[in-house]
Order: sequence, then C-alpha cells, then structure tokens
Amino acid sequence: MAFVTTDPIDPVVLLEEVMGPDRGGTAMFLGTVRCGPDDGPVEAIDYSGYREMVEAEFGRIADEATTRWPDARVTGRHRLGEIPLGEASIAIVAAAPHRIEALEACRYVLEECKQRLPVWKRERLADGTERWREGEGTAWVSPSP
Amino acid sequence: MNLRASSEPMGEIGVTVRPFARYAELLGEECIELRLRAPATVADAIRALRAGSESARRLPERPLVAVDLQHVLPDRVLTDGDELALLPPLAGG
Repeated sequence: MAFVTTDPIDPVVLLEEVMGPDRGGTAMFLGTVRCGPDDGPVEAIDYSGYREMVEAEFGRIADEATTRWPDARVTGRHRLGEIPLGEASIAIVAAAPHRIEALEACRYVLEECKQRLPVWKRERLADGTERWREGEGTAWVSPSP
Repeated sequence: MNLRASSEPMGEIGVTVRPFARYAELLGEECIELRLRAPATVADAIRALRAGSESARRLPERPLVAVDLQHVLPDRVLTDGDELALLPPLAGG
C-alpha cells in the first residue's frame, strides 16, 4: 500500500495492516491539523511533497524499524493536499508481541519521518492569506544510510 | 534555465536541479539544467546555481539536497545526468 495518499486517512485500515494474533501490542500515532494559541487563525494546511522520495524514504525508515524490532510490523500514511483543521495528516502504526516494542517502533518511525520526509506545509489563514510553515527536519546530520 | 559553471567543453557533466515548495517559488522554475566541470560535488552545483541569478542567491549556501531519492551531503560527487532535489526545511507530519 502506498504511504502517500490524498484521501482522508482511515486508522482502521492501518490497524488491519499490522495487527495479528501473535502481536499483542499495537501503538498508533495520528498527527492532525491544529490551530493552537500560537498558530494564528489557521483554517487548513496544504501539504506538498516530493512524492517518489517520500515513498522511498518511508520504506527505508520502516526497514530500519523492523531491523531494530524484528518482531514488529509497521505501516503508515502521509496525506498530501489541503487538509482541514482536525483531520489527520500523518498516521504511524506499529504492532509487536509486546507493548514496549510497539511503542518504541512507532515513536522511532514517527520521529524519523519528521526529520527525513520531504514534505512541506503551506498554511491557509482565515483572512485568505497563505504562508509556508517550515519545520526543523534537517537531514544534513542524518543522511540516509 | 541553463547555467554553465565552466567554459570547458570537455570534462563536463550535466545535472538537473529540481527545487521544491518555497525554493520553487523563489526560483520561479521547477527544473534547471546545470553544466559543471567534472569532478563536481553537490556543493559545486549549489555554488554554480547561486551564482546564476539574483533570486538563486537568496537560497541558503547549504540547502538540503537529495540525489537519487536519498538525502546527500555537500561533498557527494555528482555524475552526468544526476538530478538534485533542492529541499526547503522539512515539515512532514
């Protein structure tokens, strides 16, 4: 299943991809578009990305996770396009025999995605203006192996 | 846009630069062809690009770059036909 999608993310589909009778722990992270007190009047975020590389990089990250936690299975989705407030932009799910591996694998994949995926956000504000919201992902210090 | 970093016809390589997101807006192009004297690194390509136009000079001296769908460091040696993706600070998630 492709990691990048332009459709709303369905968490149930992702759970079905990794859960199994020999995996007793499942951890899911959902990142949603927010409008917090420090964010200004954000109405939506337009996500763009270098799609081929996002797919390739996520594949490498997932491989790293299953090398570190061999009994874990991981999956995820990143949604691109305009995403309204409250809807998910990213979902990462990890299932493993026990909770610790599942939680650690999920956290690892998420943090690596934040640092390494070539994805960008353009915020649409209530007054109709737009602005780039750049993150801190800097792969200089962590090039792909 | 075509930029030539060297007047040497021999020992040159051609690479394609693909700026993304804010960098594409800044440069006003989605694809830039560069000619570089071989051997050339990513850092050489960025220098040549920044020297080529006023808007390109607003790029950082060390932007994130990917080659062949992988993040690379400035000392990565380029080969003829490589595609350099110029990546603004990443904001996935």
